[in-house]
Parts: sequence; C-alpha cells; structure tokens
Amino acid sequence: MSVLPPDMDAAGFAALLDELRGAVGADWIWSGDTDMFPYRDSFSPVWNTGEERHASAAVAPENVEQVSAVVRIANRHRVPLFPISTGKNFGYGGPSPNVNGSVVLDLKRMNRVLEVNEARNFCLVEPGVSYFDLYRHVEERGLKVMLDVPDPGWGSPIGNSLERGVGYTMPHFRDHFGAHCGMEVVLPDGEIMRTGMGALPGSDTWQEYPYGFGPDPAGLFAQGNFGVVTKMGFRLLPLPEYYRTGLITVRKRRDLVKLIAHVNYLSDSGMVSEVRFASPLSTWMGDPDFLALATKAGGPSDTEMDAAAETFGLPAWAVDLQFLGPQAATLAQWEYAKDRILSDIVGAEAIDGDHFKLPASEEQLENTTQPYASGVRRRAALGVPSLGIWEIVRDDGHVGFFPVIPRDGEAVFEAQRVLGDAQREFPLPPYFSAITAPLFWHTHTFQMVFAPSVKHDDPEHNAMVHRAMKKMVAVAAELGWGDYRASPIYQDDVSATYSFNNHVLRRFHEQLKDAVDPDGIIAPGRGGIWPRRFRS
Amino acid sequence: MRLLVASAALLALGIGVVAAQEATRTGPGAPELAEGKAVYAHWCAPCHANEPGLAGTMSLAVKYEGTDIPAVLEDRTDLSAPVITFFVRNGVAWMPPFRPTEISDTELEQLNAYLTAPLEDRGAHVPLLGEEMVELNARGEQ
Repeated sequence: MSVLPPDMDAAGFAALLDELRGAVGADWIWSGDTDMFPYRDSFSPVWNTGEERHASAAVAPENVEQVSAVVRIANRHRVPLFPISTGKNFGYGGPSPNVNGSVVLDLKRMNRVLEVNEARNFCLVEPGVSYFDLYRHVEERGLKVMLDVPDPGWGSPIGNSLERGVGYTMPHFRDHFGAHCGMEVVLPDGEIMRTGMGALPGSDTWQEYPYGFGPDPAGLFAQGNFGVVTKMGFRLLPLPEYYRTGLITVRKRRDLVKLIAHVNYLSDSGMVSEVRFASPLSTWMGDPDFLALATKAGGPSDTEMDAAAETFGLPAWAVDLQFLGPQAATLAQWEYAKDRILSDIVGAEAIDGDHFKLPASEEQLENTTQPYASGVRRRAALGVPSLGIWEIVRDDGHVGFFPVIPRDGEAVFEAQRVLGDAQREFPLPPYFSAITAPLFWHTHTFQMVFAPSVKHDDPEHNAMVHRAMKKMVAVAAELGWGDYRASPIYQDDVSATYSFNNHVLRRFHEQLKDAVDPDGIIAPGRGGIWPRRFRS
Repeated sequence: MRLLVASAALLALGIGVVAAQEATRTGPGAPELAEGKAVYAHWCAPCHANEPGLAGTMSLAVKYEGTDIPAVLEDRTDLSAPVITFFVRNGVAWMPPFRPTEISDTELEQLNAYLTAPLEDRGAHVPLLGEEMVELNARGEQ
C-alpha cells in the first residue's frame, strides 16, 4: 500500500527522495511496499484496514548534522517526519506514524554510548542505543552502575523515556523520563538545541542538573512533536551491593487499603525497590464459580470474597517486596517492613525470600530459588535486559491501555468494579475483576492493564478490540483515570480526555506547535497535537 | 501400554538427536561464520536461545512438537537463506519484522550463512546476554 506524503505528487516525492539521498547516502533511504513493510505496526488492531497508518519512506541519518539536514529538506518540501529511536514501541504503534505518507526518521544508526560515568552515576546516549547495547557497554567495562530496563531489552533508553516508559528497580529510576537529565534536540527548523546545563558552553554538569536557568522545555519532547531528540542523559543507580526479597500476605479483601498505605510509606521513603501486588486467589480463576464471583456485575461484596478466600485457604492479597542496598540495610528494611505491617494488620503474615550479593549468578537471574510464587521477573528487577516478557504475548501482538489511578485501596476497588463492568460487553479475558492488583511502576502512582491481543487474519476480532480500547479510555476518563501512553490511532482519543477548562492544555500545545512548526514537519498529531496545517 | 512404549521410544530418539547435536556444538565455530553468529547472538538469541521461558523457542517447540525439527533455531539444519530472509524482514505472529537499520542486508547474509552452515561449523550455542555478562563478571572476580 504505497502512499505519498500529504499534498505531494509522485514527481515531488521523487525529488524529495533525491535530496534525502544527497544528505544521508543512497543506502539509507527506503520506499515502496517491500522495503516499507518493516515500518508498519505489526501489533496494529487496524492492520490492513483504512485506519492503518503508513509511512511513504524511511531515512536513516548517522549523526546529528545529518538529522538537521534531513529536517531542513523536509521543511523545504513540507513533508512530515516521524522520528523513531529503535522502533520497538510495540503496543503503542511500533515504528508507524500518525500521518499517512510521513517519512520515518529512523535513528537506529545513531547508536553510540557517549559516556557512562560510574563516579557520578549517569550516562549519555544516542537514540539508536538499545538497553542491550547499554548493558553490554556497562558490563564489558565492569562499571558499577545498575540500569533500569523496561520489559523488552531491544528498546531505546531515549525512545522509551520519551514515551514515559517504565522499569522495575528503585522508585526514582523506574520512571524513565523522570530519570533523564539533559537532552540535545534538533528543532523543527533544523537548529540544534541543548537543554539544561547543556545550553551553557563549557559546562560539565549537563547530566547532573537538568534545569539550567529559566523554563525547561524538556517535557515538550516526551510524547510530543516539538523536535527530534538526538542525545539524552540519564541518572543511573550505583550498583547495589545486595538484593533481598520478602512476601507479605493479608487475609481479608479490605486489608488491601492498609497494605497499600504501608507500601506507599516504604516506597516514598526510599526503602523498597519495585513492589508487586497480587491476589493469591487468582489461581482459582479457572474455577467457573469463582470466576463468576470475581467478575460479577457491580463487583462482589467483601464478605463474598472473604468467604471464598477462607474456602480456598488463601490470603486475599500479597505484596512481593524487593530491597536493594547494603546487606545490613536490606535486612533492616525488610525487618522494619514486617514489623510495620504485621503489627497493624490482623492476620498479616511474612515469608522471607531470596537474598544474595550482587551481581547475581545465572541461577539467581533465573529466579529458581524463591521460596514462594512470585510475579517478579528477576532479570528486569536487577536491571538485566531481556526479551523474557515476550512469553506473555499472544496471537499477533497486543495494544495497551494503562489508566493512571490513585495509590489508594478504595480507588483500586472502584477501578476493578467500573472497568470490569465496562469491559463486560467484549468477549475478552477479564482484565479487570475483584482480584486485579494495581501495578506500581511510575514513582508515585498506580496503573492497571488492559492489553487485548490482535490477530492479522481476524478483522472482526481486531474491530472488537478497537472498539473496546476506545470505550475503556472514555469510561476510565469519566472517573478521572487517564491513559498514560497511546498508539497514534488512539492519541486523539486520549488527548481529548485531558480536557480541563475547555481543553486549554491541548490549545496551549497547539499554539506552541503553530509557532515553531506550523507546517507539521515533526510528527504532526503525536500526543494529540496538530499544527494549523493539519487542523484545517 | 503400547502408547507408553512408543512415547518412550520417541523420547529416547529425541535424546539421541539432542546428544548428537551437543557433541558437535563446542568451541567458537568456523571463523568465517563469526559475524553471522554475532548477529544471531545480538538479534535472535534473546528470544530463540536454548533457554527456558523464551517465547521464540517455546512457540517453535509447540509448532514442531512430534517432529524431529528442533525448537532452537541455532540447531536447525532445514533452513534456507530465502526462508530466513523472509522471516527476518516480515516477522511472524508476535515476532516483528527487522529493518535494515537493525539487521543490514550484509548482516542478513552473514546470518543466513551461519544458520545454514553445517552444525559442526557453528561451534557452541550462543549465550543469552545476561548470562554472558554473568560469566564476564565471574572471570573478573577471579
């Protein structure tokens, strides 16, 4: 399905490609159906429909000067560019653009790790660097820092953080955009800008103080379309000496309220790494009677759920705690967590887990010695990139809706009920039920997961998933729970829910976009932000 | 009972096949295959290595259950360059296609050479990245 850029004919497209070849070399331009196939979103629920977004070409510069040259050429031809880092944003659009006919600006060739500083705990990388690459760089040099990695290790620290992706270690490192420090950006007119201390010639603190002086525009480049990020710094966790785990269970459904409050205290005080909430009752979801109870319209009562837990001889909730730090400190933190929670919640119990010196052995990375069932993926928990998460992917991939909800037990119960009822009309697995646990990924908030699969050869299934995604976004927003990240095909829907004061946030972004990029050279539509040219 | 005996026989046969492959899979492999092996280690092994819990290996184990085709790509002797090229550039199921900026056409040729070479020329199986680093760390501590 060959497409042309907006407002461009075949002759204009040929002239554009000629100019781009001049900028990056003939080997680094692609167009046509066969070559552009890998730039489609292979996880798309609108695969092979009129709604699927197709790029017209791809161009792969090897340095920032070439990026600048490409942006200037795109300006002259009024062609939208869609920047990708490693192009592995699956579930959120992959490498495919918002606007049909965009030229993908593929930054994978820019793959240099520019610095990893283990004395001051930061790194500076280019967009094509993957977590695998960065990990290899660190380990081959024996540097004593720990990465915070998302599930698939082939992603880019820059791309993932600009999507506000997450990882699984200490709270302030899990939020990958929050852990960034300093960026270099090619602006829509081709100029090269540096943020924070990077704007001060001669500064050696670019990766240590993110703000510099005056307003910090860094946030505009995350889920936005105000420039092409070509370098980015990240804070790194000094390699902890020791790792320790422990499990705490509580008997009754409503004990979750107190349990969450305690975990909030532990996390916000910097005492725990990622925590995993779970309901041991989930092992009974294959039982039709319990499934019916847990997914009952309007939600089951506490009494009903407590009776089921008692029948099965299982606690209502569990939280898997992980500690990183000096050996004595991890032990003291675990002892403190046990004392704090067990002394406050009647019936709470604790089980000591694994504990060992870092770096971990192969057996420890395989997580074979934990004395209880655990949802923790050990490699990710210790900053070791992998593709282990792919074992949960089904069919031809999936889409993702992850509403942001308060770190509060009552809010969790409400989200279970409301979102469970909302998904009832769709023939999908029960993503939301009375045993759905919150995900504690971003530093200070919870999320829940809705990730139905897609099937390339089943358009009816995909259409159902597409309808379900839109409905979940709308229903969640009515309760104040917004999606944190979305595929291009859902970005307008999600953006529309952030509507305070007649959508003033979006209107403000549009004003900025009109000022710096009225022709929409950089990813028009990304983040729901459309420049004047495309609004009309 | 007959079924059980047949299963045991198949199992024995399976073990024999694996043992034969293991016997030839030591050392670094033929020097001319080194680049292709590195491409395999970087791009394929994270999902297709001979390790538990990997989606690629598990799904191929299901696909080829009951046949003598191994689940680990690195053990396959039935692959051809066009077949490998097709799957790399088009993906399959949840495996996405890989772009030339990730695996260049030259690297794809090297990968094809590695995965179509005689087993005895391929050397030891490539490790998962994490394990490679664990070994590096262990060596560093000695």
